Amino acid sequence: MRLLLLIPIPYSLLPVSMRYSQKGMATPVNKIAAAGQGSQQGFVYLPLIAGWLVPGAGHFLLRKWGRGALIATSILGMFVLGIAMHGKLYSNVSDVLDVLGLAGDLGNGMLFILSRVFGLGADQVQVTTADYGTRFIVVAGLLNVIAAVDAHNLRTGRKA
Amino acid sequence: MFRPSHFLAVVLFALFASVIFGVTMRDTPPKMLRYGIYCFVRFVGSAIALSWLMFLIAR
Repeated sequence: MRLLLLIPIPYSLLPVSMRYSQKGMATPVNKIAAAGQGSQQGFVYLPLIAGWLVPGAGHFLLRKWGRGALIATSILGMFVLGIAMHGKLYSNVSDVLDVLGLAGDLGNGMLFILSRVFGLGADQVQVTTADYGTRFIVVAGLLNVIAAVDAHNLRTGRKA
Repeated sequence: MFRPSHFLAVVLFALFASVIFGVTMRDTPPKMLRYGIYCFVRFVGSAIALSWLMFLIAR
């Protein structure tokens, strides 16, 4: 049976028992199809972009007020605490780890841009709490990307 | 300047991350709450367990 799996067989020719099962997924397939039918009008990527630029905005656009408020509060809280701890905002990248840090920071969207404009955040980490703050800012950006992708999935009907 | 203890920083980090994980990874509010609490406990619990492990190794 294992050798059989190595041979390229068209999916439609596979017996039903060997086909990919979607049982146990977070959102049942029939619900995804039903949700997708009515949600394909307009610019599909708007919640994704809005959610990236302003934390929670993607969910607010989709009228998911509770989820949007929780996301906005969490991302904003984490970012503000990071700044309050004198966390570093990456700007001049010199090595690979700095590039990864900058990628995480960019996930904050407008928060990162506004913080750079107003000169918030430290240029160098000098105390331990500033190191915590740097991680808070990077992780806030990464979580914001997850939230923006979630808004996109809601928009396309992949998630209920 | 805000100077939290290491433990407070862990708790705050776990709280915010768990909220986002709960909201984005589950469909319904009860499941979101349950998954958020699960993530929070796992975050803080693993931090405490690793702290004890490092303490015992360092002795």
